Amino acid sequence: MEENYIYTITKKESLANSIYLMDVKAPRVAKNCYPGQFVIVKMDEKGERIPLTICDYDRAAGTVTIVFQALGTSTKRMAEYEEDEAFRDFTGPLGHRSELIDMPADELSKKKILFVAGGVGTAPVYPQVKWMKENGYDVDCIIGARNKELIILEDRMKKYAKNVYITTDDGSYGFKGNVNDCIKDLVNNQGKQYDLVIAIGPMIMMKFVCILTKELGINTIVSMNPVMVDGTGMCGACRLTIGNEVKFACVDGPEFDGHLVNFDEAMKRLQIYKSEEGRAVLRKEDGDTHHNDNCQIHVD
Amino acid sequence: MDVLKKVPVREQNPKVRATNFNEVCLGYNLEEAQAEATRCIQCKNPKCVTGCPVSIDIPGFIKEIGNADVEAAFKVIGKYSALPAVCGRVCPQESQCEERCIRGIKGEPVSIGKLERFAADWARDHKITPEMPKEHNGRKVAVIGAGPAGLTCAGDLAKMGYDVTIFEALHEPGGVLVYGIPEFRLPKDTVVKVEVDNVKALGVKIETNVIIGKSATIDELMEEEGFEAVFIGSGAGLPKFMGIPGENANGVFSANEYLTRSNLMKAFDKSYDTPIITGKRVGVVGGGNVAMDAARTALRLGAEVYIVYRRSEEELPARAEEVHHAKEEGIIFKLLTNPTEILVNENGWVSGMRCVEMELGEPDASGRRRPIVKKDSDFVLELDTVIMSLGTSPNPLISSTTMGLDTNKHKCIIADAETGLTSREGVFAGGDAVTGAATVILAMGAGKAAAKGIDAYLKSR
Repeated sequence: MEENYIYTITKKESLANSIYLMDVKAPRVAKNCYPGQFVIVKMDEKGERIPLTICDYDRAAGTVTIVFQALGTSTKRMAEYEEDEAFRDFTGPLGHRSELIDMPADELSKKKILFVAGGVGTAPVYPQVKWMKENGYDVDCIIGARNKELIILEDRMKKYAKNVYITTDDGSYGFKGNVNDCIKDLVNNQGKQYDLVIAIGPMIMMKFVCILTKELGINTIVSMNPVMVDGTGMCGACRLTIGNEVKFACVDGPEFDGHLVNFDEAMKRLQIYKSEEGRAVLRKEDGDTHHNDNCQIHVD
Repeated sequence: MDVLKKVPVREQNPKVRATNFNEVCLGYNLEEAQAEATRCIQCKNPKCVTGCPVSIDIPGFIKEIGNADVEAAFKVIGKYSALPAVCGRVCPQESQCEERCIRGIKGEPVSIGKLERFAADWARDHKITPEMPKEHNGRKVAVIGAGPAGLTCAGDLAKMGYDVTIFEALHEPGGVLVYGIPEFRLPKDTVVKVEVDNVKALGVKIETNVIIGKSATIDELMEEEGFEAVFIGSGAGLPKFMGIPGENANGVFSANEYLTRSNLMKAFDKSYDTPIITGKRVGVVGGGNVAMDAARTALRLGAEVYIVYRRSEEELPARAEEVHHAKEEGIIFKLLTNPTEILVNENGWVSGMRCVEMELGEPDASGRRRPIVKKDSDFVLELDTVIMSLGTSPNPLISSTTMGLDTNKHKCIIADAETGLTSREGVFAGGDAVTGAATVILAMGAGKAAAKGIDAYLKSR
């Protein structure tokens, strides 16, 4: 780390095994960002440009909060950074802010909204739930993960959401099942009615939530996380098929109407830079947890 | 010495350079430069100057090289051009100065580009820096984009005494000079970095990682941060795709993505983290400089590379030297060929590209002969990677977030050709953001013109 790097980490918290939260000093981003948008972080001279959706921000302190999972080489290196160390580059806010923010109050107040947060996707769901509460709206939120250890931001979410429903695949905490099982339970068994679902999490999760909500007739917004390079609309790496149009996640998104997203194509494109060796390493490290029996597709 | 022929310039052997990213052209030494300088007739009415977008006093600087006073040559160029080491390397001299050279009527024109490069490189090696501004008036001007237009405008304004800050969206200044043009044509650490440092040495501040339109708006810069004028040099970075089937398959890239990975993120160097797909059989669709850059990069990464272009060799828009170098290096040119579909295997990866052969008909609006599909000529080119290099247009990020900034139907900002003034008071623009994708030297010319325009505007307030 060089002496003249200016994007200092003012706080570091471990939210779960390999999931970290960091507050980073980035005054220009903090001043203008909104829930739904993302930043691009580049740790050092040789690092990649890594897109991360914003988890929180403090305009007065000039800091932005990011949450990431240490999975590959870059994020593992990022996880080793401590408070008072600094990143070389940190830019944003990129993408469009959540459409809830621009919705007229009389329209928004009539909507019954369910947020569905999967794994690390809980981080970008949190600022939207917080914004809703701070502006006088009640929302429900499902937080889902494979097991109890991977449930993050629960206490923070409970401060702002009217109802928080925790669900784990193995039943180690809360409801036993995946997020779809939880949605079905809320709608079919608990008489809940929703007009809008906002689902953020792994692409495979968002795909299956959208299949369910289409059956249930509930409009759904998702936040897409394709591979990116510049994040400003220059390269097209993040291109997605939405309906019958090609859109760039970085400038047209990252949020889109989930029922129009071609998830299969997007998930295939996530594989472009994954190598056989990389996958072999993951298989070895993950051990038993590498495959989830509840996962309906082996996107290995 | 044959006065009808250019003094040859040393280049890396094609077979060797096809495996490395070092600069292809090695440039003249003093002896070679002086010999070439004597070929200049020192015309009383130099036609070469009329072909230069910034009207460099070409016979003037060539005369000084002939006298072995290279520092004087550099100073002559410096009166007109802010980036001589860059322009000497990337200007399409064959359609500008050298096209009009009188020597070129009977033999080869004077090698003006290589002489400009020689003078600039010599000055860099001898650590000659530009003259510092004599006065500082403390008035703030914001420049958006640290590409050729922005760097030039900022440098000129600083020389006039203004307090200039360049806001750059990426993490490295330079624009196309860092992300677009490859290392083997324009070295980043030696050439580009020094040009940027020279601009900073004039007192210009460069803030990277600031995306105007997102991190801050032009209104905020003018109303809250005290900038009295703004120059928009944000370029034309939006890539174009064909819209043919299979274009979103794994292995299809825009040239922008491919080059940004290789040039800006240095993916060709394994010690840098950003990956790039190297491919074994690469097809590059397009015929401009960017297509040549992408093709020659793919070649250096180990692939067999095809250029697929729908018109013939004469119509190739790329700089002549780049086409020549590409051929020497072994790039296969499939001219009068147009893709219709990208074929995808069961894993979602490119397996080939269906193409048709073309014939040339009557000229279209651009003046080039229109390509027409030849019946029953379709065939499949086996490929594992496709790079779409069809041109770029301005990114709408600024125009869509700045009130009162008029654009045309191609999303180009409308600006006065002489002063760069836009439809908004105090806001000027130039370069690719105004013209659409063009050249470094045109951007530089626009930056110079806008600096004069901004100076006149601020003096009138």
